[in-house]
Amino acid sequence: MPTIVVEVMPKAELLDPQGKAIAGALARLGKNEFSAVRQGKRFELTVDGPVDEALLAEVRELAEDMLANTVIEDVVSVHQAEIESVAAGETH
Amino acid sequence: MRIGVITFPGSLDDRDAQRAIRLAGAESVSLWHGEHDLKGVDALVLPGGFSYGDYLRCGAIAARSPIMSEVIDAANAGMPVLGICNGFQILVEAHLLPGGLIRNDHGDFICRDQRMRVENTSTAWTNGFTEGQEITIPLKNGEGGFIADAETIARLEGENRVVFRYLDVNPNGSVNDIAGIANERGNVVGLMPHPEHAVEPGFGPDTPDAMRSGTDGLAFFTSAIAALARA
Repeated sequence: MPTIVVEVMPKAELLDPQGKAIAGALARLGKNEFSAVRQGKRFELTVDGPVDEALLAEVRELAEDMLANTVIEDVVSVHQAEIESVAAGETH
Repeated sequence: MRIGVITFPGSLDDRDAQRAIRLAGAESVSLWHGEHDLKGVDALVLPGGFSYGDYLRCGAIAARSPIMSEVIDAANAGMPVLGICNGFQILVEAHLLPGGLIRNDHGDFICRDQRMRVENTSTAWTNGFTEGQEITIPLKNGEGGFIADAETIARLEGENRVVFRYLDVNPNGSVNDIAGIANERGNVVGLMPHPEHAVEPGFGPDTPDAMRSGTDGLAFFTSAIAALARA
């Protein structure tokens, strides 16, 4: 099944309390090589039919409209997971 | 005067909001998220809770409920709409109010009686307060940190749309101690603290006079009734 992956991150300029808490926990474990952690989200949308540019465009729109709240988050990536089948020109 | 309270899957404080409306002297009308029907109400309350378990983002899925298309139309037509806690998050996700609400900066869920100042008494939900009045109502949230970009904050401050500001302590890291805001017209108000839990002596926050005697939340609802009576 082709899958479209959408990745969302909290805006860089805004506080990310979850990432901050994780960074604190890492420091307490003695992992001092990391100066910061930011936590985001990954969505996997399984598609029944083929993935074409029109569908990707629709997902990009959905990502901005619903999967992310662009007041507090950025959509950093919308891409198809099964890249090898796309490269081979297969249709599903 | 009929004020509707919308129940979403995971709403918790809808019954308290209904009780507050009745105590204020209006008729309370139960509304269901899955219907396209406001049953002819004069005002709306979106109550607190954890709609859809806070999945995706707090309020994000509820903001796309069937009834929200009617809520958005009514709000844009001037109907008084109050969003409390999760209801505030829903109004923000529905773009009826600007900004966003994120996890408390200290990472903990917080539950306390919160002092705050009423900064704007011209809204449909605050006309019964005096300018600068200090009130105490319960606050209980894990994701109540209000944020927005600098331009939005400047506009909210400049247009006197910061309706409530936290006093004593900023409980969640909200920018400029913002506890609640209004839309441009002043009919849509959202806040994180819970006025519906401070409407009846014996069940509200402690006051210097007596334990649990605080009823500072009642004026939210009587304000809406007064606003409707004038309209």
